[in-house]
Amino acid sequence: MYSFNYRRVSSVDEAVAALGKAEDGKLMAGGMTLLPTMKQRLAQPSDLIDLSGVGALAGIKREGNRIVIGAMTRHADVADSAEVRSAIPALAHLAGRIGDPQVRNRGTIGGSIANADPAADYPAAVVGLGATVHTNQREIAGDDFFTGMFDTALEDGEIITAVSFPVPEKAAYVKFPNPASRYAVVGVMVARTGGGVRVAVTGAGPSVFRVPAMEAALAKSFSAAALDGITVAADDLNTDIHASAEYRAHLVGVMAARAVAAAG
Amino acid sequence: MADTGIGAAVRRTEDLRFLTGKGRYTDDINRPGQLYAYILRSSVPHATIRSIDTAAAVAAPGVVAVYTGADMAGAGVNGLPCGWQVHSKDGEPMKEPAHPPLAVGKVRHVGDPVAVVIAESYAQAREAADAIALDLEELPAVADTRAASASGAPQLFDEVPGNLCYDWEIGDKAVNDAAFAKAAHVAKLDLVNNRLVPNAMEPRCYIGDYDPTRGEYTLYTSTQNPHVIRLLMGAFVLGIPENKLRVVGPDVGGGFGSKIYHYAEEAIVTWSAGQLGRAVKWTAERSESFMSDAHGRDHVTHVELALDADGVFLAMRVSTLANMGAYLSTFAPCVPTYLYATLLAGCYRTPTVYCNVKAVFTNTVPVDAYRGAGRPEATYLIERIVDVAADETGIDPAELRRRNFIPKDAFPYQTPVALVYDIGDYDQTLDAALAAIDYQGFEARRAEAAKRGRYRGIGISTYIEACGIAPSNVVGSLGARAGLYEAAQVRVHPTGSVSVYTGSHSHGQGHETTFAQLVSDTFGIPFESVEIVHGDTDKVLFGMGTYGSRSLAVGGTAIVKAMNKVIEKARKAAAHILEASEADVEFADGQFRVKGTDRAMSFGEVALAAYVPHKYPLDELEPGLDETAFYDPKNFTFPAGCHVAEVEIDPDTGVVTLVNFAAADDVGRVINPMIVEGQVHGGVAQGVGQALLESCVYDAQGQLVTGSYMDYCMPRADNLPPVSVSTHVTLCPHNDLGVKGCGEVGAIGSPPAVMNAVVDALSALGVKHVEMPATPQRVWQAIRDAKGAAAA
Repeated sequence: MYSFNYRRVSSVDEAVAALGKAEDGKLMAGGMTLLPTMKQRLAQPSDLIDLSGVGALAGIKREGNRIVIGAMTRHADVADSAEVRSAIPALAHLAGRIGDPQVRNRGTIGGSIANADPAADYPAAVVGLGATVHTNQREIAGDDFFTGMFDTALEDGEIITAVSFPVPEKAAYVKFPNPASRYAVVGVMVARTGGGVRVAVTGAGPSVFRVPAMEAALAKSFSAAALDGITVAADDLNTDIHASAEYRAHLVGVMAARAVAAAG
Repeated sequence: MADTGIGAAVRRTEDLRFLTGKGRYTDDINRPGQLYAYILRSSVPHATIRSIDTAAAVAAPGVVAVYTGADMAGAGVNGLPCGWQVHSKDGEPMKEPAHPPLAVGKVRHVGDPVAVVIAESYAQAREAADAIALDLEELPAVADTRAASASGAPQLFDEVPGNLCYDWEIGDKAVNDAAFAKAAHVAKLDLVNNRLVPNAMEPRCYIGDYDPTRGEYTLYTSTQNPHVIRLLMGAFVLGIPENKLRVVGPDVGGGFGSKIYHYAEEAIVTWSAGQLGRAVKWTAERSESFMSDAHGRDHVTHVELALDADGVFLAMRVSTLANMGAYLSTFAPCVPTYLYATLLAGCYRTPTVYCNVKAVFTNTVPVDAYRGAGRPEATYLIERIVDVAADETGIDPAELRRRNFIPKDAFPYQTPVALVYDIGDYDQTLDAALAAIDYQGFEARRAEAAKRGRYRGIGISTYIEACGIAPSNVVGSLGARAGLYEAAQVRVHPTGSVSVYTGSHSHGQGHETTFAQLVSDTFGIPFESVEIVHGDTDKVLFGMGTYGSRSLAVGGTAIVKAMNKVIEKARKAAAHILEASEADVEFADGQFRVKGTDRAMSFGEVALAAYVPHKYPLDELEPGLDETAFYDPKNFTFPAGCHVAEVEIDPDTGVVTLVNFAAADDVGRVINPMIVEGQVHGGVAQGVGQALLESCVYDAQGQLVTGSYMDYCMPRADNLPPVSVSTHVTLCPHNDLGVKGCGEVGAIGSPPAVMNAVVDALSALGVKHVEMPATPQRVWQAIRDAKGAAAA
C-alpha cells in the first residue's frame, strides 16, 4: 500500500468538497474492492474519503410502491431487512449471497454499483428490477447507469445517495458462482413488473445486459419452458480459466430458466 | 489413566493456545533492533539479467542495505543444496544446476528472488524496492510439462540439454514386455496429475539474528524440520558450524510438505543478519506464497495395464513426465521416483511393473513433496486404470480389485518395484468402506437421482502408501543424502514429571497430545505430568523432522526406545533400594514391584532417588534419570485402505456435488482416535480439493494465472459431505507400537475415489475419463462432447 491522506466525512457536501480539493481523491464506501486494490499497490489515490460517517446515506425505507435503499446500506442489512424481504424477496436473496459474511457486513450497495465490477451481483438487480439510481445531482435510470466494464454514468464529484427499486409482481435471482471467488460467473435476475418483463444478466459480459428475446418470450408466457431454444450469443461474453464464453452463454439460459422457475 | 492413555480420544493440549490466539508463530516473535526484509522478485518467467542498479534504493528512507545475487555470491554464499540424487537409467547422475538464493545471471520463474531490501520498517523496504532499476532481457519461457520436453523448447540451463533433469526407470522392461505380449486385454489411459499450491494457513516467515559478541546465529523459521534446516543452511549454504547456529521452529501453522525444504529466504535473512549485526525478519505475503512455496504434483502419465481373460493383472507399464519447476527443491528428485514408482504395484499381485520417469525443468515455481508426495500420483493412476479395466472387461470394480489383491497370508510381500510390504488386509478395509457407504444400495440411489435429473456415480479407491520414512541404509542406496532416523530424549525430573525432547516437529499434527499419551501410558504417570518439547536445535538433541507420516512410527518409536532405557535404569535403582534382585523387579502401572510381594516403589519415588541418591547404587549406577535414543526404522510402514465416494452431477451446469464419502483406513495402532479422524478428514478435504477444485495454472507465456484465492479454488466446508471414517487395524510388525501413520492417507486415497465416481456418473454417456480437477466447465464440456459424439 502506498501512503495516502485519510478523511472521514459526515455529509455528502463535505465529501464533495474534499474530493474537489484532492489531487486524486477516491471515495470509500465499504472498501471491499478499493482496499485490496490499494494493498496490492494497484491503486494509489492521494486521498481516501471515507463515507462511513455519513449517516444519512444508510437505511432502508418503503416509499409507496418503491423500496429505497441508502447508498451506504450494507449487504447484510438488505438481506436481513423485513421490508425488503416482504416486498422484493429476490433482492434480499441476492444481497445475502454476495461474497462472504465479512464482505456482506462491510460492503455497500452504493459502493458495489459505483465500482461496476462485471461479476458483481447488484448490477443485475438495478437493471433487472428497473431501479433508479439517486445521486447528489440527479436521478439515473438503472438501464442507463452501467456503461461498461468498471464504468458508470457517474460524473466527477457525483455521489450516489440511494437506489430505489419498484416492487415487482414477481422476481428471482439465480447465480452460478465462481468456485474460487464466488463472484457471479453468470447471475440472472428475472422480474415481472407492471412495465413488463425484465431479464438482466451479470457476470457473463463486460457489463450487465438485458436479453430482449427472453423478455419477449416471458411476456407472452412467464414459464421456464418459454425460454426453450432462446440462446445468447457467446461472441461478446467473458472468457477466463473458470468459464469460456460458450459455457457462459449456456449458463445464461440455465440460470434464466431457474430464475423463472424460482419466481413462480 | 484410562481416559488419557493409548487409545483415548484426548482433547488436544495445544488447542487452548491455538484457538484463543495465543499460539506463538515466527511472525509473533520480534527481536530487539529488528529490521525487515522485502524480496524483489521476477515478474517475468525467463530473462537474462542485464543489470541491477540498487543505488536509489540504498538511498531511500529507512533503508539499511540492499543485496543482490552478486553480493551474496561474492561473499562466498553457496546455492541451495538438493538432498537427493537420482541417477538416470544410463547411470549418469541427474542434472543439478546451481540454485543461488538470489538470482545470478538469469531469472527462471515468476517469483524468482532477485534482490533483498532491508529497512527499519517493512513499508520502507517495500517502497524502496520500487527504486531498484532491474534491466531484464526477456527470453522465451516454457511452463507446461509436455512442452518443456519437446524438441526446440526454450531451455532454462545451458548445461541441461532438453531441460531433462533425469531419465529414470524401475522394473525389468523385457520381462514386462513379455507379460504384455500374453495379455487378453490391455487397458490404456493418459492422465494428468494437476499441479497444486500447498497453501499452509501460516505463510512462510523467517527471522535471522546474529550475536557478534559470541559469533552466534539464530534462525527462527516456519519449518517442519529445524535440524535439517540447520544442516542444509549451515553446512552447505552459509558455512556456519552447528555450534554457532541455532534453528528454532516455533508454532507452525501448517506445512503439508511445503515447509520441509530449505528456502532462499532463510539463508537471505540469516546471512543479512550476520552482515548487519541486527535481526532481519521476512514474512511472506499470500501472493508471495503462491509464487515461492514449493508446489506439488504436476505429472503427465501414460499407463497400460495387461489382464488375462479372467481379469487377473499380468503387468503394468507407466511412462511419466514430472515437472521439477525452475530449480531442484530439497527433495524434488525423489518424489516422482522412489516415493512414486515404488508404489505402482498398489494393493495388487501384478507380477511385473515397469516405469520410466523423465523429470524436466520448466519456468515455474520448484515442485516438491506435497501431502502424500508421489503416493497420491501413484494411487491416482493405479486406481483409475483399474477402473478403466473394470469398465472395459465388464467386471465390477470392487470384484476386480478383490480378484487381484495381495492376500493377507502373503506377507511379507516382495513387490516387483523394490518394496517389501510388511502386513495388510485389503479385503477387510474394502468390505468396511463398501458397508459404510451401502454399496449394494447404490443402483437404487442412482435411479432415484436420475428421476431428479441428476447423474449419480460411485467410485472406489483401494490404496496403499509407504510412510514412516525410512531405513537410512535403504534410502542412502537410493540417493538420499541424509539419514532418516529420529532422535528422542526422555528427561525424568526429580519429582517424577517428564520432559520429552523429540526431533519430530508438530505443525498441526497434535504431537504434544499424542506423544504425551504414549509417555503417560508407558510410565503410569498423569498425562499432565508430561511435557513434549520440539522445534529448537538448542533444546532437542537432533532430529530429522516431520513429513511422510513419520512422526509416530519413527519419532514415537525413538521415544519408546528412550523410555525403555529409563525403565531399565530405574529398575536397577529400584532393585537396589528394595533389596531385591533386578530380575525380580517388574514394572507395571507406574510401580516397580518385587514380584509376588507388596514391596514396591512408584515411578516418582525412583526418580527422586535417582536425583537424591542417598540410598542408591552409586558404585554401579550414575545418578539422574535422563536417556536418549536414536531409532532407525527397519522398513517403511504401509498404511492401506479403501475410500469410496459418491457424487451427483448437474447435467445442465456440470457441477459435481460430493454427496457421500466413506474411508476405511488401516493405519496400525491408534493412539488418539480423534486426532486420527481429524487427520483423515483434513487429508480427504485436500484430496477432494485436488479432484474437484484446485489447479495451479500457468499461461503459455509462463505467467502464473492462479496467483490468488480469486482464481485458485481451495476446498471449503460446503464442498464436503460428512466423511465416514473407520480404522481397521493390522499392527505394523517392525516397530514397538505397531503404528503406521495417518497423516497422508486422506490425500492419497480420496482423489481417485472421487474421479472414479465422476466417470461412473458419466459412463452411461460414453465418457471414459475426466481430468482433475473436475470443474463445472470441464464436466459440462465432457457431457457435451459425449452427447455430440453419440449424435454424430
